[in-house]
Amino acid sequence: MPLFADYDPGDFFDEMFAAPDEVRPHYRQLLERSQELTVEDFNRKRQIAEQSYLNQGITFTVYNDQHEGTERIFPFDLIPRIIPQSEWSHVESGLKQRLTALNAFLDDIYHDQRILKEGVIPEEIIRSAKHFRPEFIGFNVPKNIHIHVCGTDLIRDRDGRYLVLEDNARCPSGVSYVLESRMTMKRVFPQLFSRYGVRPVDRYAQDLLDVLEYIAPAGAGGDPTTVLLTPGIYNSAYFEHSFLARSMGIEIVTGADLVVQNDRVYMKTTMGLKPVHVIYRRIDDDFLDPTVFRSDSLLGVPGLVEAYRKGNVSLANAIGTGVADDKVVYYYVPAMIKFYLGEDPILPNVETFLSAVESERNHILANLENLVVKSANESGGYGMLIGPRATKEEIAHFRALIEADPRNFVAQPVISLSRSPSWCDGTAEGRHIDLRPFVLCGEEIRIIPGGLTRVALRKGSLVVNSSQGGGSKDTWVIDGEGEV
Amino acid sequence: MLSRVGDSTYWMGRYIERAENNARLLDVNVQMLLDFENRGGATERQFWRPILSTLEDTELFAELHGEFTASAVLDYVTFEARNPNSILSCINHARENARAVRDQISSEMWEKINATWLYFKDGSAERAFRANSHDFYEKVTEASQLFQGVTDATMTHGEAWRFIKAGKFIERADSTSRILDLKYHILLPSGEQVGGSVDTSQWLSLLRSCSGMEAYLKIRKGNVTSWGVAEFLICHSGFPRSIRFSVDRLDECLHEIAGTEAGHYASEPERLSGLLRSKLDYATVDGIFAVGLHEYLDGVQARLIELDIAFHRTYCAY
Repeated sequence: MPLFADYDPGDFFDEMFAAPDEVRPHYRQLLERSQELTVEDFNRKRQIAEQSYLNQGITFTVYNDQHEGTERIFPFDLIPRIIPQSEWSHVESGLKQRLTALNAFLDDIYHDQRILKEGVIPEEIIRSAKHFRPEFIGFNVPKNIHIHVCGTDLIRDRDGRYLVLEDNARCPSGVSYVLESRMTMKRVFPQLFSRYGVRPVDRYAQDLLDVLEYIAPAGAGGDPTTVLLTPGIYNSAYFEHSFLARSMGIEIVTGADLVVQNDRVYMKTTMGLKPVHVIYRRIDDDFLDPTVFRSDSLLGVPGLVEAYRKGNVSLANAIGTGVADDKVVYYYVPAMIKFYLGEDPILPNVETFLSAVESERNHILANLENLVVKSANESGGYGMLIGPRATKEEIAHFRALIEADPRNFVAQPVISLSRSPSWCDGTAEGRHIDLRPFVLCGEEIRIIPGGLTRVALRKGSLVVNSSQGGGSKDTWVIDGEGEV
Repeated sequence: MLSRVGDSTYWMGRYIERAENNARLLDVNVQMLLDFENRGGATERQFWRPILSTLEDTELFAELHGEFTASAVLDYVTFEARNPNSILSCINHARENARAVRDQISSEMWEKINATWLYFKDGSAERAFRANSHDFYEKVTEASQLFQGVTDATMTHGEAWRFIKAGKFIERADSTSRILDLKYHILLPSGEQVGGSVDTSQWLSLLRSCSGMEAYLKIRKGNVTSWGVAEFLICHSGFPRSIRFSVDRLDECLHEIAGTEAGHYASEPERLSGLLRSKLDYATVDGIFAVGLHEYLDGVQARLIELDIAFHRTYCAY
């Protein structure tokens, strides 16, 4: 029986089917090829893929209450998500525009603060932002770039419009799954690749290294030493850290491998100390340097921040980018785009209400059971209320939280995320998905074609996070619109 | 290379080799026991306690098990997670170290180590062990050899590779000394003569556990004696599991790491390895037995421990 014979796109925007019997043009070849496959073939391919993930140790670590880590593979769905060229061009230009504005914003609030002086964003919002670092006001980051790696989360609504859900401007993760899943798909479905012109993703590591070397301090000479700073092998994203370091051919270091002497950073090697010029850090600001930020941090390097201030070492991303991650600041990104670039946003935000604004707060409190409420600085699906699914107690709890601290909450209508056919227990069923493209900013902005498509594998679930039953799909940006 | 990476690659090499040598040691003991049972008369304790003595593991074992039965000892040295040197623990440590230096080693190496780890983790190892312990220990040995072969064939022969190699050969020198020492701890059953059939069969088992039987028989024309076997496993310059061979390779490797010529030294590790190397180069079997085989091997083990400490101080925790 064909894999998609009983597929029901449901009352959602479905990536593959415009209607039950109407496949979208860019999925037509996939559908045709799938008709040559039996369910057994498909299950076999799936087992091969899973075994290959397990053998390669492509896992993330889940911690239980006893802090015992269990390694799990990130569930991988073999049905790819396909994005035609025109659609991607639109997304790409929107992402470039957004990152340009975010970098201009960070440069501004750490210098002249024009956007605050002209009243586009209330000063109080920035001053009270958890990840704003006023001690870096006046500090010039190398090449004026604050966010070098951005993982912007996009969703599609019922009409298929791409909307920005959040900007991850600190240490976005997931790109290793993009690269690994592509390799897996090539092994499992070689024929499909030759039919579709799928844009390759494997330049990412080289592009990232270019960005890192671009921001090297002048003192590094022509051959800077770049390292990746990881919290260590017990971090849930360690596989990715190690994968990226390997792909770039750079050292992966922990805080204990680095030492600062005379405001210069060195790594401890078997042949003595060796200077380090650029650090791609996968550690949050708070843990970077126990003498400046959290003194209980064992992950960081004492003296690192002073070396950074002296311009002897560059950090990617810069310190203080987290203010752009704040969900209240997110609300103002369309205004930033207008303010700095004089343009309308190409990719709109999801409609958002600020509880800091009295009229909007009244609207939120009156409609809690219909809204998604998010706290300003939580991620990974935590600190969130999904109104339509919440109990009376949960709603009352959030009402109290909002009234006590209106600065730290925003609310959005429940978005009916687009769905894509996904392989569930031997049949293809519609599951909600999002998209996290990875945007690099160095000499120019480069975007990996596609990105990480996360899929909520639990039926009906809207939560795509890996810690909560999410999986991933390979994302194909194709040349053309898929017509042969 | 980062000091931490040096440390991890060195220990990865050691743990893989240790897993293999533990497998060899247990396998040979099981085989010796077969000969022994045919002649009857010994208790399990007499036969299994020596394994733990040679591994210097008697105390922890006594705490966890108490009775020196075959199954308790086999289980303790093979699968006991609380024993930091059990084969299972060695595989876990080796994989943990490999994971920490995943960016330095080839994908093939990582996948071999990870596959072995999964083999233990999903219960296949224990099932194989219950079905046929000899086949199982052979499989562990093969996994180690496969890893070592893949290491030599796919990894750049640079500094990190030399650290793995240093770990491998220091561990092998130590293990061979312990396997040989096992014979010291095993008492011959009453009525058996030194040089008698049980004695000979035990020496042959020792050789077999080091994959050295054919090589030995060829050299000695089939004449199996304690002196001959000891000389072969300690002093032979060309047999890859002899102590001398292992120390020679270790010494070369340490000189390459330090960038010094053979016979010279710039730091403590090469000085110590050079010292031990020349001691073995000029050793005679008469001299060894004059000191006493057990005492001699104890001395070698003590030198290797000093070397390990000096190596760590020079490259990893300076």
